[in-house]
Order: sequence, then C-alpha cells, then structure tokens
Amino acid sequence: MKNFKKAILAGVAGVVLMGASMAHAVDLNGAGSTFDNPIFQKWFHEYYTANSTQVNYQSIGSGGGIQQWLAKTVDFGATDAFLTDDETQKAGGPALNLPVVLGAVCVSYNIPGIDSGLKLTPKVLVDIYMGKILNWNDPAIVELNPDLTLPNLVINVVRRSDGSGTTNIFTSYLSKVSTAWATSAGWGKSVNFPVGVGGKGNEGVAGIIRQYPGSIGYVELAYAVQNKMAFAALKNKAGKFVEPSVDATTAAAEGAMHKIPSDFKIMITNAAGEGAYPICGFSWVVVRVNQDDPVKGKKLVDLLNWMLDTGNGEASTLYYAPLPDALVAKVKDAVATIKF
Amino acid sequence: MNALNEQEVDGGAVKPALPFFLFGKFKEVGFGDKLFRGITGFFAFLILVLALMTFLALWVNSGPCFKAMGWKFLISSEWDPIQQKFGAVPFVYGTLVSSFLALLIATPLGLGISLFLTELAPLNLRTPVAFVVDILAAIPSVVYGLWGMFVLAPIMQAYIDPVMVKVIGGPFFVTTSIGLSFFTAGVILSIMILPTIIVISREVFEAVPNVYRESAKALGATDWETIQLSVLKPSKPGVVGAVMLGLGRALGETMAVTMVIGNMAQVTPNLLAPGHSMASVIANEFTEATGDVYLAALSEIGLLLMVITLVLNIAAHLLVWFTTRNYGRA
Repeated sequence: MKNFKKAILAGVAGVVLMGASMAHAVDLNGAGSTFDNPIFQKWFHEYYTANSTQVNYQSIGSGGGIQQWLAKTVDFGATDAFLTDDETQKAGGPALNLPVVLGAVCVSYNIPGIDSGLKLTPKVLVDIYMGKILNWNDPAIVELNPDLTLPNLVINVVRRSDGSGTTNIFTSYLSKVSTAWATSAGWGKSVNFPVGVGGKGNEGVAGIIRQYPGSIGYVELAYAVQNKMAFAALKNKAGKFVEPSVDATTAAAEGAMHKIPSDFKIMITNAAGEGAYPICGFSWVVVRVNQDDPVKGKKLVDLLNWMLDTGNGEASTLYYAPLPDALVAKVKDAVATIKF
Repeated sequence: MNALNEQEVDGGAVKPALPFFLFGKFKEVGFGDKLFRGITGFFAFLILVLALMTFLALWVNSGPCFKAMGWKFLISSEWDPIQQKFGAVPFVYGTLVSSFLALLIATPLGLGISLFLTELAPLNLRTPVAFVVDILAAIPSVVYGLWGMFVLAPIMQAYIDPVMVKVIGGPFFVTTSIGLSFFTAGVILSIMILPTIIVISREVFEAVPNVYRESAKALGATDWETIQLSVLKPSKPGVVGAVMLGLGRALGETMAVTMVIGNMAQVTPNLLAPGHSMASVIANEFTEATGDVYLAALSEIGLLLMVITLVLNIAAHLLVWFTTRNYGRA
C-alpha cells in the first residue's frame, strides 16, 4: 500500500513539478491539508510577491501530505492531525510539528423560524450525535432555550463522509466531554458515527443542512460565516455559552497555552477560559530538523518565520484565528532549531 | 412462425460473432497485413496487461489488511478506522442494491425507448431523440450528483417515498425522514445508465435484417409479434451486453452515488434508509487515510469491486450462452 500510494504521489508530484518548472523555478514544495489550503494559497502568493520565493502547495489531504513528506518529495507537509509515533519513526531523523493555522468548527442547524440563538451543552450535543435525543422539542433542548419556540421536528444528524481534519477536531471534542463517546465511536479523521447521514466536504454537509429542515451538522467556521449559516452557541468549560468566532478561537488557544507541550502535539478542544469557544484546533506544518540542502533549508526557515509574523496577522481575513503571541514566540523558538 | 424463426436465426447475421483470437485464420497478403495485425494485436494485449496489473497492484496493496482482518473482511459489517476494524459487507451491499435497483428501472425503460426508436417511431423523430440521449450520456456525474442532492432527493422525500411506503411498504419501504437513500441512489443511477442501454440496444435492434420483420409481417404477425419474434429474440445476446455495460457503469459510479446515498455504513432491507457504496468509501476516505491497514482496507474494497464486476460479467455471458445455444434446434 505504501508503495502504491508513494507511486501515485510521486506521479502527481512529478506532473506538478513539471508544470511548475515550466512557469517558474519552484523554490519550495509542500503538500497536505485541504483545511489549510485557502490561507496557504493567499500566504504563498503574497510571499512570492514580497520575496520572490515560489512556494508550491498541493492540497491533497493530510494523509497524502505526510506520505509525500516521508518520501521526501516535498519540503514540508501540512496536516490536521500531528504525526503519530510510527510516522515520526519513519521520518528518518527528528521532525517538528509546528502549529501555524488555528481554526474553529461550528455546529450549524436548520430549524424553520430559528435563525440564530440556539444554545447547546456538551451533553446535549453528544446525545444528539449518539441518537439519544431525536426531536428538536426534546425537554433537554427546550430547557436550554426558553426563549425559542422549538418545533416538533425530527433531528437529522449530518456529518462528514470523507476523512477530514474537521471531523478530527469535532470528535476530539466529543471524546473529551463524554467518556461514552470516547469509548464507542472515538476520535479521528473518520470515525464510525452511530447515527446520521454523511456529506462529502464542508459543501456536502452544508448542502444537506440547508436542504432538510431539522438538520444539525458541523462545518468549518470560515465556511459557515461565508455562507451565512446559523450556528449554535456552546457551553464551554467555564460554563459560559460562546458562539464561534475568530476571537473566541484565539481565546481558546490562549486558554490552553499552559498545557501546550514543547512538541506542540495537543488537541486544544474544550479549552479553559471564559471566552473560549470549545471546538477548535491547530493545523500543523511538519518539517525535518536536519535539512539536507542548505539553500532550501534557509528558504524554509524564512518562510516559516514569515508565516508566523506577517501571515499570522492576516489569518482573520479568511476566518482563521491568529495564534496567540505567546504561542508564536514558542513556535519561533522551535523553528530556530532547524539546522541547514 | 417457429420454422421461419429457426431458419432465419441460424443463417442470420445477428448470431453472436465467433470468438476472434489474436492469430486468427484469415489469409495474409503481404507485409502490411502482418504489420497491421502485429500492431492491433499488441494494442489488444495491452488491455489484458493493464487489467492484470491493476488486479495485481490492488492485490499486493491489500496485503496488510488481509493479514490483519483475514476472511473476516468479507463477512464483517463493522467499519471502524479508529479501532482498526474493517468489514466490507455494508459497502458491497450498498453497491449491489443500488446497482440492481438501477437495472430494474433502466432496463425496461431503456429497451422500450430503443424499440420505439428503431421499430415504431416516425423517421423524423428518431434523430432528435437519439441526439438527446447522447447529451444525457455526456453530462458529468458530479452534475447528476448535485442535481440528485438538491432536486431529486427532496422530490423523492416529499412525493415518491410516501407512495412507495403505501403501495409496497415494509420491509423494503419504511418511512424515513430524509431523501438520501439506497432508493434515491438507484433512481439516479438508472438515469445515468439509461443512455448506455439505449444506445447499444438500438444498435443491436438496427442490426436485425429487415427481411426478418418483413417475413413476420407477411405471415400475418402483429407489430408486437414481429418485435417479439424477429427483433427481440435474435437480439438477446446484444441486449444482455447492453444491460451488462450499464451495470458496469452503475457498479463503479462514485460521485453521484456519494452525494445521494447518505454515506452510512449499514445493512438494512429498508431501501429508504441511508447506505454506502464501495466506490464511495474509497473516494471519501482515501485522501485522509493514515495507517497501513486502513489504506490496505480501501485497496481491498477496490479489489473486491473488480472481482464482483468480473463475476457478474461472467454470469451474464453464461446466461446468454445457456439461453441461446438451442436456437439452431428448437
């Protein structure tokens, strides 16, 4: 399987490289997460304009990105799930997981007559996704939302059918707030959901939600905001109901700061802090500490530092959350350990 | 009628062609012929190699999954990437159910349309209808999928599903709240394979010599009897071929099915429940699959899909062979 995937990836990379080399000399190659793609495209375009360093990023999915990076066909990988120990072993040398992108996942719904203001607790959300709460007028939901008139309407649970970082963050949250969820469906990029229908991609989930009254589903914040979808406020660890937003996401990262380990391998879902939105997470860039090529190594370090400084400041224009300053400083320390 | 039929079919042009082997027995004239045969033979050989290589690649790549799951892969309904448990049953079930539903709808419809076009339609209607059929065949499957999700599924949910529940009922049609289901997938697939069935069966019907029809008519057969005896009967192998090609397309269809089937890995007789398919699970999960066993499980699904397609094709050819071998005698 590995060889097969490698062969495919090498083929893809080959074609890409050929295409790219005809246009410009490519300086750096990256591959991976589709979640990062919108902001990476914006960043790398700006970076090229400012520094004339061409960065070619292929959004083929986190799994593929890691495979390519392990096969050394790209200079960096981007992934929504940090490297497993097994993958780190295969990297052939020390590797860094650098959080560069921070995003939120929001719970969106379609209840006729209710455009905003729905409140949910972790327990109710888990019960909905486990098929224990089946109707919108269930006492548990009504009790949380005394101001809303909830209809007698069957809940249609929607989830991602494709493996995705969004599902990874969402199920990490469900696993943290419910041991029942953690021990049954669990946490990962594709999990065995007990109920519901699957839509492919954010657009698939959003399409089903919009089409069928009674639906509830999870989509990336950027997608929900740009498409003006209704989303629920969730009760966070501090007991406050918080709506998803760029600020509430950065607040979550700040709330989790004291827990972030030196290798940055952490899911910050259900973070502490009054204003923290509970379902959010990082996306990581993976690089080798020991760079073979001094020229490329230097360019890579310059790029990473630019992403953390200039890039980070612009994240919110695309509804990604900027990393907190304290974290940026820590990540830059890690970048400084790269040898070339 | 019988005597005519027997005689005509025996000497007729629509008998299934003799198998043509690479180095057949036609007479060679010169170097050009040899070269031509060499080149085309090589092309044909490439197809075999390609199919074999695909099979081998899938076989090798599914190794880790076979090691981990063994034959349980074929009988288990559990698909849980987190627990590293993989069973193919819900996907095989979904693919077969949606594809056969599609055949059930598309075969009578497609054959009816081609019969009308070749036998009954006024000449000035044939070309425009044929043109529209070709357009249907050219619509990309993602467009069918989007249309299915936004237009067809709500219509199914609101109007057609309730009728099916009332008319046919359980266990096959039990009320569900949403139009994403095996049934909707079958309906959209039937629309997608319709052009294949129509185009090929029309060619087959047109290949029937007119003298057959004239003979039947001369003996006093009605339109229906003429079609039945002198068109449908000798066309059987070709029609089965058309249907099989349609089935092949239905089995492998990915995008449109993914968008309307609901992507829920389960086995249930209720056709109005959401299901999953083999091609869908590969398309959905391959890009983000990490771990050797997980990737191998998806490869094994691909291998299984190939084997199923092969088995169904062989079965269809056997069916044709069994039902047509007595034509000469009767």
